[in-house]
Amino acid sequence: MNEKIEKAATRDAYGRTLVELGKINKNIVVLDADLSGSTRTKWFAEEFPSRFFNCGIAEENLITIAAGLATCGKIPFVSTFAVFGTERAYNQIRQSIAYPKLNVKIVCTHSGITVGPDGTSHQTILDIAIMRVLPNMTVLVPADAPETVAALKTIVEYNGPIYMRLGRTPVRTFYEQEYAYEGKKLKFEIGKSIELKPGNDVTIICNGIMVAEAVDASEKLSSEGIDSRVINMHTVKPIDEEAILKASKETGAIVTAEEHSIIGGLGGAVAEILVRKNPVPLEMVGVKDIFTESGKDVELQKIFGLTSKEIILAAKKAVKRR
Amino acid sequence: MSIYTSQLIKNLEDKAKLFRREILEMTFKAGSGHPGGSMSTIDIITVLYYYKMNIDPKRPKWENRDRFILSKGHVCPALYAVLAELGFFSKEALWTLRQPGSILQGHPDMKKTPGIEMSTGSLGQGLSVACGMALAARLDKRDYNVYCMLGDGELQEGNIWEGAMFAAHEKLEKLIAIVDRNRLQIDGNTEDVISLEPLADKWKAFGWEVLELEDGNDMKQILIILDKATNTKGKPTVIIANTIKGKGVTFMENKVGYHGSVLKLDEMERARRELEIPGFKVD
Repeated sequence: MNEKIEKAATRDAYGRTLVELGKINKNIVVLDADLSGSTRTKWFAEEFPSRFFNCGIAEENLITIAAGLATCGKIPFVSTFAVFGTERAYNQIRQSIAYPKLNVKIVCTHSGITVGPDGTSHQTILDIAIMRVLPNMTVLVPADAPETVAALKTIVEYNGPIYMRLGRTPVRTFYEQEYAYEGKKLKFEIGKSIELKPGNDVTIICNGIMVAEAVDASEKLSSEGIDSRVINMHTVKPIDEEAILKASKETGAIVTAEEHSIIGGLGGAVAEILVRKNPVPLEMVGVKDIFTESGKDVELQKIFGLTSKEIILAAKKAVKRR
Repeated sequence: MSIYTSQLIKNLEDKAKLFRREILEMTFKAGSGHPGGSMSTIDIITVLYYYKMNIDPKRPKWENRDRFILSKGHVCPALYAVLAELGFFSKEALWTLRQPGSILQGHPDMKKTPGIEMSTGSLGQGLSVACGMALAARLDKRDYNVYCMLGDGELQEGNIWEGAMFAAHEKLEKLIAIVDRNRLQIDGNTEDVISLEPLADKWKAFGWEVLELEDGNDMKQILIILDKATNTKGKPTVIIANTIKGKGVTFMENKVGYHGSVLKLDEMERARRELEIPGFKVD
């Protein structure tokens, strides 16, 4: 068993893994839009210069070139900041990638609000909403570095469009190296969530940076006599409906927690299942319907309500509503 | 002595006439579509598929085929007519255009239609897609050409110029863009909507080899310029093809109204007389 590393950025795991995958699979090509240093695709570029294309500060170009490469059997990994990679070229993603179901992996870094001091123009809390509404699109939000590595190894074998959301700042490394949890080896499967902790009173469904917060919250809830289940929903689409319904039946109350707007993201996806199949109380932890602001990641998490504190309050509220 | 024999030219003209008739018949039957631009591009598309491009209708996914991207996807009736005649799919499909369940969508769908290289319709995206295909050829050491048909109005999309910069930067010499310069877009003359001129200078400034085609509806001129285009070294080529919207039916020519409207029954009768083809029938 490897020792746990305290903190690591998912973008670093991405950069390293791309190089590894690039050695094995010669069809992998990588495209960036003048942010290769930040997204860490530069590491691939240094190793495989002929298979790296800098498309300039031109996201529409970035996405459509990737589409053309994919039609010829290449496996393009496309990276830039999440706000630009999704919103700036949205129609290109819809028309040239999702609609023809091309094998393009859009892996964006600097997502959410934890990109921090750059402020609203560089943060995105709506990327999950707009990406998951696209037919044919798969949407992944890994929690930490080991999960990012596991997810990358899985998606390279999957033939179809992927949106994967990564972060800038180092996050707590939650899983053990080689993707294990509490000594148990895990397998990353698209659409299959991971139960991190069993519980019977309420279920916290979370992803990304909120997984660590949820586990903290769960421990504190235990000390207050509330037995909470924690599910890491790393795939927002296709979502693990079975796990959601099982949790709703067995615990009777749900909390979602995500670094995203409470509109249209993980919370929305879970709500869509619950209201149709088993309406139980649902509380959503996420950014309210506002534009965020500059600040350090930890400060912003506090200001916009993305900590274990909000999860605990939401869990109590959900339990009370049961 | 010219390699462009009168017989070759006659054959191409006959094909294009057939395709014009089919474009009008299929859009008439569908009750909607874009006949004007289909008619302006059809001569160039005919030469590409019947003279220039290295393709095999029996193997639509053959890896070393030349690629044709119809970035101005709304003129797909022109491409559908050609692909059907070549046997990529049956002629009967033409009469199902734009109907539920048809393999022929209102705008091209590469998943539904054999021979369609890219799903297009949202303007401005085809040139960069073509860049991606040309890059793949370079990586795989293949020597196919990539042709991309652009509308002139479409050049108002920023994505086009992003792709134009990229193609020149990467020296994509196997990429040939063709601008269907019929000077009309939905809201009127391109120079009144958002002017494109000086168009050749723009492409030159972006680092492209620019070839101007005086008459993009003249078979011999098209043959000559396409052969010239594939000889460019070290940079991509754009052909600015001066064409006539609605070309081939006198009352349709240069009329913006036929951009996105199909013919009425009496107009269709007149067009049929102008495009008389012995033995032609629908179904």
